[in-house]
Amino acid sequence: MQREETIGAKLWASLVWLMVGLFVLNLVGLVATVVVNSFGTRWFATWLPAGFTPRWYAMAWNEFQLPAILLVTMEVVGAVVLLSGLIGVPAAYAMARRDFPGKKAAMLLFLLPLLVPPITYGIPMATVLYQLHLAGTLSGVILANLVPTVPFVILIMIPFVEQIDPRIEAAARVFGASTLQLFTRVLVPLLTPGILAALLLVLVRTIAMFELTFLTAGPDSQTLVVALYYSVFAAGVRPGQSIDAMAVVYMIATMVWLLIALRFVNPTQIVTRAKK
Amino acid sequence: MSDRIGVRLRLARRGMDGLTLLVLPAVLFILALFVYPFLYGLFLSFHPMKGGTFANYIRFFSDPFLYETIGTTLWLAVPVTILNVVLSIPVAMRVRLLRRQKLLTTILVVPITLGTVLVAEGLLNYLGPRGWFNRVLMAAGIIDHPLMLLHNYWGVFLSLVITGFPFTFLLTLSYVTGIDPSLEQAGAMLGARARARFRHILLPLLTPGLTITLALSFVQAFSVFPSAVLLGAPAGPTRVISIAAYQAAYEQYDYSMASAIAMIMAAVQVLIVVALLVAKGIAYRGPASGGKG
Repeated sequence: MQREETIGAKLWASLVWLMVGLFVLNLVGLVATVVVNSFGTRWFATWLPAGFTPRWYAMAWNEFQLPAILLVTMEVVGAVVLLSGLIGVPAAYAMARRDFPGKKAAMLLFLLPLLVPPITYGIPMATVLYQLHLAGTLSGVILANLVPTVPFVILIMIPFVEQIDPRIEAAARVFGASTLQLFTRVLVPLLTPGILAALLLVLVRTIAMFELTFLTAGPDSQTLVVALYYSVFAAGVRPGQSIDAMAVVYMIATMVWLLIALRFVNPTQIVTRAKK
Repeated sequence: MSDRIGVRLRLARRGMDGLTLLVLPAVLFILALFVYPFLYGLFLSFHPMKGGTFANYIRFFSDPFLYETIGTTLWLAVPVTILNVVLSIPVAMRVRLLRRQKLLTTILVVPITLGTVLVAEGLLNYLGPRGWFNRVLMAAGIIDHPLMLLHNYWGVFLSLVITGFPFTFLLTLSYVTGIDPSLEQAGAMLGARARARFRHILLPLLTPGLTITLALSFVQAFSVFPSAVLLGAPAGPTRVISIAAYQAAYEQYDYSMASAIAMIMAAVQVLIVVALLVAKGIAYRGPASGGKG
């Protein structure tokens, strides 16, 4: 597209870029504050802390149960990734390959948990989980987190399945492959990039899923982000730097997986989840 | 035997065979943990701990401490959503011309992935009276006294911009890049300037996408929770509706009332989304769709 060369157009362009720059600057500023503070000794009315020390990390590790919280987080995330893959990928395959009555309704059913905010459906869901005595346990947290991730996997996987030539499956059928063999020998190898992308995004989303975990977790089933919320909420119980040390651990845990996931998907895909 | 095969064949012709059944576990799961709880919550909200069928709803709409949460939440969510969408459009228009978009989109996806809790924790330091934000403004001589941005309306507002703008922007960008560039080139060839091209070509094509962006961004902002507690004044100016629902469930153990508040929250969201869709229908009618050419 030809760009306009008038002064007004240039001014407008500069203004837009200035705005983007300011936004990114503030974003970097807020992340950097957390990182700097987590290493600072005393930070009071100066640009930078008086000195730097790693002891807040040791404190978060030894005194604030960071290893236990990380273990719970890994258990929850691992189970959610595995189960949403096992439920979601076959469902996506059926949705992509078959036209059955009620398919539109099924699609709407899968869209809703992604469009309705977790805090809105989380409270009735937690009520039901409490009645089943599942809330407050690890399985309750896992079940709650599966509600948005199963549809998420389905919606991401449908286009990946559609890309595969159906004649490949027909050939496998001709040679006598059962549905299970079709999946393990033909489809899963062909779908690996898509499955990897979907599951990595589920991983990132589950580490960062606050509302559903918060509403269903008990004292022994808190993930990192919920533990972080409680420490910020009860500010003063523990030093701010130690909370920030935990926040840095959380950031690293999320960012590593995000960067790996971004090798397989476009960032816009993370939010684009509703088509007209 | 031949009868059974006949049924099978007929089902298969309609797309029902063994493979179709693979969708069942997912459907059953969502029915059990999303649809059923919602219906159960609706049912529970009409069975209050004391009083008649509608007691919860009557209590909500007669107690200012409860019904004012709707206004408080709207007062946060509506301005934030409009600001985010209005800022997203010009930025998306510029960014679509960039060759290397991925760096910027990657930076912007970071706050979405980190989530509201971390953003709130960061802003507590960053926006504080001795934080970098105020220090820079004071060093530049723009202000004399630190701005009070925490534990009030503005703390929550700014956190909603930090997490909401990237979401709105990436959504807008995906709609903007979905428009066939040759349409705009045709306009340019016929002598339309940038402003006219935007007004008469791009905006009509974007309207359906922007309506969805507005609706999704609003719903996200309306369900603000952790930052309203951590950065706002959860007892006063930022007592949003999700805080009221949370307190009913986890502090008063009145699940019936909590369900009623959750249903009211969902109703307000649905009302606004429907209003947006209706407004779009009135404002714009036409065969426009932004499909890639």
